[in-house]
Amino acid sequence: MKLPLSWLKDYMNIDGIDNATYTHALTMSGSMVEGIENPAEEFENVVVGKIVKIEKHPDADKLVVCQVDVAENEPIQIVTGAKNVFEGAVVPVAKHKSRLPGGVKITKGKLRGVPSFGMMCSTDELGISEERATGILILPEDTPIGEDITKVLGLDESVAEFEITSNRPDCMSIIGLARETAATFNRPFSIPNSLLKENGENINDYASIEVEDSLLCPRYVARVVKNVKIGPSPEWMQKRLKACGIRSINNVVDITNYIMLEYGQPMHAYDLDHVEGRKIVVRRAVEGEQLETLDDQPRTLSSSMIAIGDAKRAIGVAGVMGGANSEVTEDTTTVLFESANFHPIYVRRAAKALGMRTDASALFEKGLDAETCLPAINRACSLLLGMGTGELVGGVLDVYPVKKERTALPFEPEKMNAFLGTQISEEEMIDIFRRLEFEVKDGIVYAPTFRGDIESMADLAEEAARIYGYDKIPSTMMKGAVVAGGKTKKQKLEDKIKDTLAFAGMYEIMTYSFIDPKENQMTAIPEGDARNDFVRITNPLGEENSVMRTDMTSSMLKTLRTNFNRRNPRASLFELGSVYIKTKDGQLPDEQQILSMGMYGNGDFYSLKGIIEELFELLGIKKYRFEPCTTNPTYHPGRCAEIYFGATKAGVVGQIHPAVAANFKLDTEVYTANIAFNVLLKQYTNDRTYRALPKFPATSRDIAVTLAKSIPVGEIAKIIEKQKTDILENYRLFDVYEGEQVGEGKKSVAYSLSFRAADRTLTDEEVAGVTEKILETLKKELNAELR
Amino acid sequence: MKEQLNAIQSAAATALSTAKDLAELETLRVKYLGKKGELTAVMKGMGKLSPEERPIIGQIANEVRNFIESALEDKKTALETAAAAEKIANETIDVTMPGKRPCMGKKHPLTIVLDDLKDIFIGMGFSIVEGPDVETDYYNFEALNLPKDHPARDTQDTFYIDKNILLRTQTSPVQIRTMEKQKPPIRVIAPGRVYRSDAVDATHSPVFHQIEGLVIDKGITMADLKGTLEIFVHKLYGNDTRLRFRPHHFPFTEPSAEVDISCFNCGGKGCRICKGEGWIEILGCGMVHPKVLRGCGIAPEEYSGFAFGIGLERTTMFRYDIDDLRLFFENDIRFLEQF
Repeated sequence: MKLPLSWLKDYMNIDGIDNATYTHALTMSGSMVEGIENPAEEFENVVVGKIVKIEKHPDADKLVVCQVDVAENEPIQIVTGAKNVFEGAVVPVAKHKSRLPGGVKITKGKLRGVPSFGMMCSTDELGISEERATGILILPEDTPIGEDITKVLGLDESVAEFEITSNRPDCMSIIGLARETAATFNRPFSIPNSLLKENGENINDYASIEVEDSLLCPRYVARVVKNVKIGPSPEWMQKRLKACGIRSINNVVDITNYIMLEYGQPMHAYDLDHVEGRKIVVRRAVEGEQLETLDDQPRTLSSSMIAIGDAKRAIGVAGVMGGANSEVTEDTTTVLFESANFHPIYVRRAAKALGMRTDASALFEKGLDAETCLPAINRACSLLLGMGTGELVGGVLDVYPVKKERTALPFEPEKMNAFLGTQISEEEMIDIFRRLEFEVKDGIVYAPTFRGDIESMADLAEEAARIYGYDKIPSTMMKGAVVAGGKTKKQKLEDKIKDTLAFAGMYEIMTYSFIDPKENQMTAIPEGDARNDFVRITNPLGEENSVMRTDMTSSMLKTLRTNFNRRNPRASLFELGSVYIKTKDGQLPDEQQILSMGMYGNGDFYSLKGIIEELFELLGIKKYRFEPCTTNPTYHPGRCAEIYFGATKAGVVGQIHPAVAANFKLDTEVYTANIAFNVLLKQYTNDRTYRALPKFPATSRDIAVTLAKSIPVGEIAKIIEKQKTDILENYRLFDVYEGEQVGEGKKSVAYSLSFRAADRTLTDEEVAGVTEKILETLKKELNAELR
Repeated sequence: MKEQLNAIQSAAATALSTAKDLAELETLRVKYLGKKGELTAVMKGMGKLSPEERPIIGQIANEVRNFIESALEDKKTALETAAAAEKIANETIDVTMPGKRPCMGKKHPLTIVLDDLKDIFIGMGFSIVEGPDVETDYYNFEALNLPKDHPARDTQDTFYIDKNILLRTQTSPVQIRTMEKQKPPIRVIAPGRVYRSDAVDATHSPVFHQIEGLVIDKGITMADLKGTLEIFVHKLYGNDTRLRFRPHHFPFTEPSAEVDISCFNCGGKGCRICKGEGWIEILGCGMVHPKVLRGCGIAPEEYSGFAFGIGLERTTMFRYDIDDLRLFFENDIRFLEQF
């Protein structure tokens, strides 16, 4: 919302308030000022001049050489191609070393060999017209020569830009902002009365209004002005409209726009001679009804919109835009002004459905005050009559079945103070409410009708607080019951996982939760897999972000690709993210946290597996196992393992299948793992029990066996593990060898076994007994020969 | 004989003083004190001495032996000390060479800053709660006093799954979920992902993070809200930071405020980071709207409370002077290793 500060003077005295003070005070009382700009600041060295002599250019037919008096010792010479210049013309002159809007700088130069010391300006060059002008702006003859052009054109105007929140449509108006300004600075505020001279006729003889449903249109006010001559509006009005960013069209349309700015009440003007039957009907639109709107676009209406109709057809979409068929044109003589109140939701839906959010609809959808309709239309008529045209037909058509009453709430100063933590005196509160046009009477606060946002004590407290000053509210500590804060076990586990993986050399990443559905194909997730049943976004930014991910792998691979493409030689990454598993239609998906890990250039399968094992160790997780998996198409069939806790599959780790890696343009060995967080949470424990340090020495034995290459060492470990009941304390794989010495299709595997008893030094026999038992079982079950 | 003994002593003293290492010392020991050594040889001749002379010479011989033994010991210690010193001297390394560092990673900068925030609020008795990313319209909007067709919905461009299910546009729905589950007193923060259909640029992302805060109890005031956030800001940005509570509007709080802090870069004078204003907006907050309380079965006549919402990306960008939001989700190692 733009506010030319000088406009405030119509309603209040703003003397002695500078821009910085204004910005701060209004921002702190709740009307955020984003900035104050002055178009004059874009001008430098541009003055009024008078052409005293025009000569032909010696070398160019289309150029003339002018001598221009700019109230300096001598006239300055300017070459121009403009056609409309004449001797004696008073014009704007951008002198040598001057500046114009848009950052244009003018310096002296030569045009076809003739020196020129500046430029005469057109309206578009001065930034006061958006259209390309055909000639130099000719100023009135009596304009003082040498005067600063911004003063002459009234451009020296500070305009404040406000950010108005959606609960304050009353502040989407000059009057509303003036009221806030007056309340903030505690100065008197008043709206001048509109003086109206009606003719002796009766409006009922000219037009009639019918409102079919007052829910859709709580109030409709109309007035008729006849014998209107359509023409440009006066300069002062055009200037104010322009300062607020509205283009001037003609006197009648400009007035409706001016009222919208001033009162925040959208208006419309109809050419009454083009309103069939001179009858306005406010009704639901008929489904499929056609209307060409003012912007010359054909529109198809629907029954959820409010139409303004005449006796035969639609002539406007209520609150959004009028129709071309009843538009005010140069030939219009009889004008019907509309100042109405429409249901916010219907206007909002219509504007949305038609894809045309207009200034009017943006106001209506926030809920306007029906009480404003009449003063606004009266002001419009008085403005038109003030322009010396038209004759106001006597009377007003006002369909207003239920008068809007002020909201009444109990005046509870103690409660408000208790709620705010303040000690604002009752008198001060009453004064604040008075400044905001609230009335306090007999223990009741009456909110003005334009304050539809006031509904409860909390709203009143905010009014009191913001004018009193938020900065004067003390800062205190919460009292009341002691609350024990802290993290849950789950939150601690998250922290621990992140800490551990970071210490293990991995960087945490964060990726988008939505992906391209094609990514599951890229990671070779089979067609029938449940993960291809996505939670879809109906209005995505693009296909690449259109479904919620059901698997973390592609997010990880995309991130690895980013790093790989940027020639980072290695990357070890992890993310604790969510996947979104569809449940039933119309129900929230199941959000499952997944620990995703991935790396390249930083080791092999065993490096990643080692990190996982170390993580499990730190989380106190013991009973897990890795089982070879040859069937997961995302992974290399010979380099993939599934992670199990008992019968529960918790995750997978492996080398990404080279074909999948190629889909992500990763021309290197890539390793990833996904582990279900909820399984880790179930397994995670902080419980540890101390075991006494051993008093007796350990004895170790190394065993090496030869067996079929295809048997995983995990099978050997399982057999050794079974003996870990008595004196076998620990075991460790220390060598795997394949080669000529062990024969084709075979490998040699060596374990170091460590024995210890808590109460004695072990004898060779005891140790040999267990070792023998292990070797026997290995032979029996795996056909493993002692080397 | 006496002369012989004295000669051995002086010869030994000379030889020992020039001995260069432990091996030479051993040779000298054998030479003078060994079974076949010079001193033993002289002592063998003791038998020929008269009984008067024997004790005298015997004493001298002992003195000579003691002298040589002690000289040997002293020399040994000296040689050993010298050898140790030489070994130490030879072991000198170039300590300016780089250390062998274990391979370490790092947490994401958003996590680092979030951890700081969590610590600050946990210190004030807050717990951490969570809610789903995919939310119902009810929790995300309606229960927060944003009924269907409310104009403020336009400011939060929403991703929809269907008519009633959406990607939450704010962490505020966790307020509702918490109040439905838990009786006051409530003191929680709810960090999490939020989604808005903003095209990606340096300051916008369709996915970002918020931290919601909610306090409900008897007698909670707006002054308490100010006090709590003041502590938070002072802990995060330092005690010199000034706060400015500016009236604002959120449908689910009343009164509402936006909080600006004095620019941590320029201290309020105006600079590039605060765009010359001296203030930086860091969060939105307010007293929980009575309609919201009532909707969750909490009587606004009995209880009151406040809520606030902090943008994590924004906070992190200020903290590290990061100028492009996209970096957070690109996850280039060269970015991640800086924090």
